[in-house]
Amino acid sequence: MSLSELLRMLVYVVGVMAFVGLNAAYLVLAERKGAGRFQRRPGPTEVGYAGWLQPVADGVKLLCKQLIVPPGADAALFRLAPLLVMIPAMMSLAVIPFSETLVGRNINVGLVFVFAFGAINVMAVMLSGWASRNKYAIISAARVVSQDVAYEIPMLLVVITMLMATGTMNLHEIVQQQAGWFWHWNLFRLDLNPLMPVTFIIFFTCMLAETNRAPFDMAEAESELVAGAFTEYAGMGFGVFFMAEYANIVVGCAMTTLLFLGGWQSPFGVGSGVIWFLLKMYAVVFTVIWVRWTFPRTQFYNLLNLSWKILIPLSLFTLILTAVMMKVLRA
Amino acid sequence: MKKYLKEIGGGFYSLMLGMRVTLAQFFKPTVTVHYPHESLKMTPRFRGHIELVRDPKTGQAMCFACKVCEKACPSDCIIVEGVKKEGEKRKSVTEFKLDFTKCSLCGSCVEACKSNAIQFSKAYNMVSMNKEDFIMNLFQKLESERSADGQATATPPPEQPKSEVP
Amino acid sequence: MSAPEVIPASDKPCETFVLNVGPQHPATHGVLRLKLTMDGEYIMRAEPVCGYIHRMHEKMGENRTWAQFLPNTGRIDYLAAMAYNHAYVAAVERAAKIAVPPRAEYIRVITTELNRISSHLVWFGAFLLDLGGFTPLLYAFDDREQILDMLEAVTGSRLTYCYYRFGGVCNDVDADFIRGCRDFVARLRPRLKMYRTLVTDNIILRKRLEGIGFISQEMCRKYGATGPVIRGSGVAYDVRKIEPYSVYREFDFDIPTFPEGDCMARYLVRMEEMAQSLRIIEQAVDKLPDGPVLSSGVPRVLKPPAGDYCFAVEAARGRFLVRIVSDNKEIPYRVRLRTPCFSNLSLFEEATAGMMLPDALAVLGSLDLVIPDIDR
Repeated sequence: MSLSELLRMLVYVVGVMAFVGLNAAYLVLAERKGAGRFQRRPGPTEVGYAGWLQPVADGVKLLCKQLIVPPGADAALFRLAPLLVMIPAMMSLAVIPFSETLVGRNINVGLVFVFAFGAINVMAVMLSGWASRNKYAIISAARVVSQDVAYEIPMLLVVITMLMATGTMNLHEIVQQQAGWFWHWNLFRLDLNPLMPVTFIIFFTCMLAETNRAPFDMAEAESELVAGAFTEYAGMGFGVFFMAEYANIVVGCAMTTLLFLGGWQSPFGVGSGVIWFLLKMYAVVFTVIWVRWTFPRTQFYNLLNLSWKILIPLSLFTLILTAVMMKVLRA
Repeated sequence: MKKYLKEIGGGFYSLMLGMRVTLAQFFKPTVTVHYPHESLKMTPRFRGHIELVRDPKTGQAMCFACKVCEKACPSDCIIVEGVKKEGEKRKSVTEFKLDFTKCSLCGSCVEACKSNAIQFSKAYNMVSMNKEDFIMNLFQKLESERSADGQATATPPPEQPKSEVP
Repeated sequence: MSAPEVIPASDKPCETFVLNVGPQHPATHGVLRLKLTMDGEYIMRAEPVCGYIHRMHEKMGENRTWAQFLPNTGRIDYLAAMAYNHAYVAAVERAAKIAVPPRAEYIRVITTELNRISSHLVWFGAFLLDLGGFTPLLYAFDDREQILDMLEAVTGSRLTYCYYRFGGVCNDVDADFIRGCRDFVARLRPRLKMYRTLVTDNIILRKRLEGIGFISQEMCRKYGATGPVIRGSGVAYDVRKIEPYSVYREFDFDIPTFPEGDCMARYLVRMEEMAQSLRIIEQAVDKLPDGPVLSSGVPRVLKPPAGDYCFAVEAARGRFLVRIVSDNKEIPYRVRLRTPCFSNLSLFEEATAGMMLPDALAVLGSLDLVIPDIDR
């Protein structure tokens, strides 16, 4: 391994960590501000100009707090869980291409890589619930497992659909195929699959469920389970979970952008670049926030019903449809 | 099958309608009042803690220690003492204590007072770290106000306990 | 986790555990404690434990004069203080044979109905909060703020009103209040439509509430449930219609009932009740007569003739009954308060057996409990 390669890795690791940290901090602020606007109030305004230093204040507060391990909890696993939830999100960002050149490692199986690491998230949350020795936490952990397993299936079915349509697992190539005007984006490529918008909505829904966001936030369910699996975490232990939630949202929204919205490609054919990627990604993030502050939480069996009775059949149907289209139209 | 698709479609449409409602609210101005920076005007009938009223002519307290308010109070939080001075028809108040920690702001005392000698103050943001700050000696307060401005005709704005909102 | 409690009645005794929801828990809206015996996420037995905020209101009534007890009534159900004021004041009026001027009766109806709407708006927000929807709470509070401002201008307080007096009300309403009422009616109607689009028609909410927490008419009768709970089971029981008091006879309004008996029915009853209250306010404001607001014939020292008197009103949560026993003294011999929330809570155990935890909390929310009202 050459020195330049090592340097590149180092720069990228630092870059990703800074990106995740800043995103987590400022997405919390954006969420609070956004939630405020949806509810006709301004959100945090006191710290710094118009509340811009609120994340700093929050961070300092969390850092100053004692890390409590509840008596009788499995201390090792209890401390391990926040790391386990954070690392996969950071790993996924290593293969996500922000632009033509801005990518940590352009690997051929990027698509599989991201979803493989995404699955670790489930185990981490379950671990935190199990290790906390708390009844609310264990209920939450059980919910997370069945929820995420149920939603992994339609999500991966959608990914297979996209894989068939694009013919590659390389995220870079998937985006390159979507170059040109915005009707070249996969979302509008009705020639690949006439149900592409439906596929997009299924993917988006599954993404919400995978990141445990409202209306699928059964794991946290603050009015039922206090704070779910994170009930016993204090200080930065909780802070890391919080950051990981937003890091996962960023990864999910980035994947939505890459797969359906043309990644860094400009909608007008010219001027493609990282700015378009970020714009699209944050537009999706805004939608995630918007959904959260509009809907009540689903009930557990409704969530499973939605997955098994609606999303899985629909995604299977789109998968078959894509296969047929490929055979009939492109042959 | 048709019912199944209709349910999905209808459900999705209802979700979209909900999102339209919140988006419409997103662009409307905020409705909140930012308390330490701006505060609402108290309505004339606002019931704060009670205070003694001064006679506009003499500047003395109107209260003549009839103790009706003391009897009317459901929480026993008022203590009134008065003496009958030489050459005066009525008693005059010498002590008027309000234990605001017990007061439930029901206003029975003001209503019971036949001579309108007590009124509600408009103080609503009273904060203190000290319980004793809320055992108010209203007569002393009135006297100190009286000595502060000799010939005032109207009751000056009520003085508030030491620490304001941080 | 502590060692699982062994419950002999259970089939699988070793697999249950006890979950204490409350006294400090986001879903209990106060200091109610639910002792849930759970099998996984299924509730086998839900035992409400109350008494954490018992304040001896009934005993306090025996230790103060008739008028001195009045501020207490506003603090039993702090969200619907007007109706509670009304019940006590009317009971004493009945005992002491005090006539109330018509204007005062109309003002009582207007303020009680405004208070009912504000109470239902709090319930609406808090219920959605239980279900995980945060935004409707803020919208509901925005509307409620208008009511509180209006009532504050008239009564002098925002929540624990003590506005009614024996023989009328203590302050007359002004033109601002009347205009405010009309404006508010005009404002809330489109807002109710908005709530319908945002919340009621939402598929997530419907799936969450429909068919959940069935409460039969028999169960309501058995436990004495009243208010929106019994109307959500299809019984048109409303004190305002069944035993009309004050001037309710003169208004044209409906009693919304839904026969389904599930959480959705109770939800819809309350939403519809807000619309009906608006109708009452509209009519009462139009008909508001002139005249005094406080009867002049009320003695300073009230000594109702010896006897036993009752008065029931329809509070926001159901039938609130005051029973007073007088022995012709300045102080009541006995004040008995029949509060709706206690009866409504008592059916919780039966209604939630075998339910999942989030559903049980939805049922708890749909009962619209005010904890001080249970413990009083």
